Amino acid sequence: MIKKIKITFHNEAFLKNIEKISGESITSCDQCGVCSGSCPFVEEMDITPSQMMRKVLMGDEYVMDNKTMWICATCNACTVRCPRGLDVSKVAEALRQIRLRKSIDKIDINKISKKDLTELPQIAYVAGFRRLTS
Amino acid sequence: MRIGVYVCQCGGNISEVVDTEKVAKEAGKQAGVVFSKVYSHMCSEIGQQMIVNDIKEHKLDRVLVSACSPLFQGETFKIAAEKGGLNPYLIDMSNIREHCAWIHYNERDKATDKAIDLTKIGIEKVRNSEALKSIETPIGKRVLVIGGGIAGIQSSLDLGDAGYEVYLIEQKATIGGKMAQLSRTFPTNDCAACILGPKMADIPANKNIKLYTYSDIKNIEGTIGNFKVTITKNPTYIHPKKCVSCGDCTDICPISVKNDYQWGITKRKAIYLPLDFAVPNKYLIDGDKCLNIKAQKKSGRTDICRLCERACNQDAIDFNMKPQEKKFTVDTIIVATGYDVFDATQKYEYGYKRFKNVMIAPEVERVIVHMGEGTPTVDMGNRIAFIQCVGSRDEQLGREWCSRVCCMYASKLAQLLKHSANILGINKEIYIFYTDMRAFGKGYEEYYKATQKMGVKFIRGRPAEVIEDPITKKISIRVEDTLNRQIIESEFDTVVLSVGMQLSQGGNQIADILKLSKSEDGFLQEAHPKFRPVDTNIKGVFIAGTTQGPKDIPDSVAQASAAASKTMGLMNKGKIEEEPLKAFINPDLCDGCESCITSCPPNAITMKNNKAVINPVLCRGCGMCIASCHTDAIDIKMYTNKQMLAQIETTLKDKKENERRVLVFASDMCGYKLADTVGTAKKIYSDSTRIIKIPSTSRISPKLMLQAFSMGADAILLGDCEIKSSNYQGSIEASINNVEKIKKILSEIGENPERVMIFQFVTIMIPKFVMLLNEMSDIANNNKPISKENRNKIRKNISKWLFKK
Repeated sequence: MIKKIKITFHNEAFLKNIEKISGESITSCDQCGVCSGSCPFVEEMDITPSQMMRKVLMGDEYVMDNKTMWICATCNACTVRCPRGLDVSKVAEALRQIRLRKSIDKIDINKISKKDLTELPQIAYVAGFRRLTS
Repeated sequence: MRIGVYVCQCGGNISEVVDTEKVAKEAGKQAGVVFSKVYSHMCSEIGQQMIVNDIKEHKLDRVLVSACSPLFQGETFKIAAEKGGLNPYLIDMSNIREHCAWIHYNERDKATDKAIDLTKIGIEKVRNSEALKSIETPIGKRVLVIGGGIAGIQSSLDLGDAGYEVYLIEQKATIGGKMAQLSRTFPTNDCAACILGPKMADIPANKNIKLYTYSDIKNIEGTIGNFKVTITKNPTYIHPKKCVSCGDCTDICPISVKNDYQWGITKRKAIYLPLDFAVPNKYLIDGDKCLNIKAQKKSGRTDICRLCERACNQDAIDFNMKPQEKKFTVDTIIVATGYDVFDATQKYEYGYKRFKNVMIAPEVERVIVHMGEGTPTVDMGNRIAFIQCVGSRDEQLGREWCSRVCCMYASKLAQLLKHSANILGINKEIYIFYTDMRAFGKGYEEYYKATQKMGVKFIRGRPAEVIEDPITKKISIRVEDTLNRQIIESEFDTVVLSVGMQLSQGGNQIADILKLSKSEDGFLQEAHPKFRPVDTNIKGVFIAGTTQGPKDIPDSVAQASAAASKTMGLMNKGKIEEEPLKAFINPDLCDGCESCITSCPPNAITMKNNKAVINPVLCRGCGMCIASCHTDAIDIKMYTNKQMLAQIETTLKDKKENERRVLVFASDMCGYKLADTVGTAKKIYSDSTRIIKIPSTSRISPKLMLQAFSMGADAILLGDCEIKSSNYQGSIEASINNVEKIKKILSEIGENPERVMIFQFVTIMIPKFVMLLNEMSDIANNNKPISKENRNKIRKNISKWLFKK
């Protein structure tokens, strides 16, 4: 018996949408991995930034279920080194926006612990709310 | 004027659609037409003979053949005219087959009308033509080869062996270039010095080659057949005839500096021999480092040091040597100035020059050479990493090109390091961090496999940065293994940067002197990327080797031989012959405003006695200058203003009340050729189109377009090649500019700016061509016709609109 392999066709519309929001030509990513190597938070991520780019390129919408786009702090270490001149952080921002515009927050402000509230600097709240809540 | 008109039936191809008898009858009514004949096959032996006889019998001074495409049979009829004693530039063709019968086969009446119109256009064109001669200029057999690398050596030897007089100029003290500094060469692993050495030695042995090393090109003036070259021979402070290369002087010299021929990994003295196998094999003194010469320049003291002078028993040293200027004339030039390696300090994160154990690949070449010679210099340790694409394929540096050799030379260096370790019984771990492996050449893929087989580890990922351990001086690389999606941080003894290529500084200087154009990547631009790979925008100047773009040795040598044979082909005939398609200036009209001078890419226009003069040898006939002239002083032979206007006027004069005309000016290289192809494919398009052949769209000046509109044209389409494949650099950009101007004027007077358009065609765009021509005729037909007032307005305001300051 021949075992059939299930082939998922990629969602071109998703790729086009992300390209439109981010303004980056994601299809020209040549997967060199310099973004991942440069990323100071790559250890915290479940997929590397280059993998995130690849998944978007292949039109894989489930990329938004990964942690990577939320962990990205937009430090632009990847952007300044990308040999294809892509702004990877803008792609992560575009992915976040898709979720946030549907009013799906990454964090619940009410559930931040008292300890964190007293210890974290104010700038972290501002940046965090801006990136993680709608 | 006595014009003979022939209408060809093409064995039914034309006559089945077009009423050829009617065409001949109408043509016969035109002024000056002595007769008009219909014949079945004008291109046949009998048809040609008919033309020959008729020219003699009827004393014809102009002939028009209304038949197929002039690109197809033009030459045939030119030869026939010559046989009959008529100047070949006084015969022309109207294309009523590809541009009429084959595309309007569904509408016989309209096709006949169009054929009559096309024939009339042709008659007006020949009526206004002039007798011309192809241009001949004498040319000698002298070549200047700039650059003594492998490409320059190959070109010089090819030319010298063929008996041509070669001047080979090299900036450095020895020829051999970058190849002489390599260890071994891929994919055969043969030693560079061993295969290059004999070739270098052949240069002084060849009596046709005059070698000038340690020389700079100061200036080059003139044109093909007469380039006047001035070079400066820099002083070596040693008489080359007296020096016997014994080396006594070097031993005693107190000054020790970094040896740039060894990429700075070893030292040399201020008096030195550049390479063991240097050609010429003579010592020289580095004027910037020698104590005596430095003192002479600074304070005029001449008694400092002079140790080498005492050591030399040949009395060869002369501290008073001065730069010498030499002048000579050559007919053609080959530029083989080669490349410089990328300055890796620009890639800050890779730490070159900041960290001790980061090297660039050329340095490793020398390390391996010294290792092979048993005089090891740098210990590279046992864990070595190569980083690929340093200064290549990197938009952050504005360097998007692939340098083409780094994949292979990194594999080669890895193999050689691994090999030497195997001999010594040491285990060396070698990693190559790459983005893509490009093993494109003959035997390269096999070479790549051999490298993998030796145990060199290839890891796909571009390293983000390297960090030095301040104590152990080991280098850590941080990189993602993109195939494993794993972040690696690993320590190495040495990190080698595989640096890319860029046009050498010398190449830049030569490009400035000769006014050669460069491509986007900064290398010198060839005349055509496919078919003229060694020609440049300047006639008689050729390029070879890495001057044109990154290349490996086999490709450089191939191109060098190609450039040599191209120059031979030019010079061998003793004269240069070409079509008289040349712009010329009417001195009575020229007011000396100089605005044409900057419009000419090959710099053919100069000022003489306050009038512009065009050098016909340099002019390529693109017609870009015509647009710049506000007095109509510039014209172009074979396609004169008079001829163009006569053709336009004829077709517009007979336009009926409800008819529209789309004028299509098509360049013979692309647009016209495509129109022929469309005809052959028998694709129907609107019959309101009239295709007129031109050399290049830049010949159609804004003024001519406005004149056409004022005379009754409803739409104008310019069809040319793509910018990249155009024969005339800059011409299409200029045409696009011209069209923009006209669009602006049209919208200012309230007309649809879409009435004028330019398109860059490739000769396979058949559906696109049909669509565009239909689109243009739709615009002509669906819009209200341009009003009389507007046409008059255009006529009156042409010079005001185009040349206002």
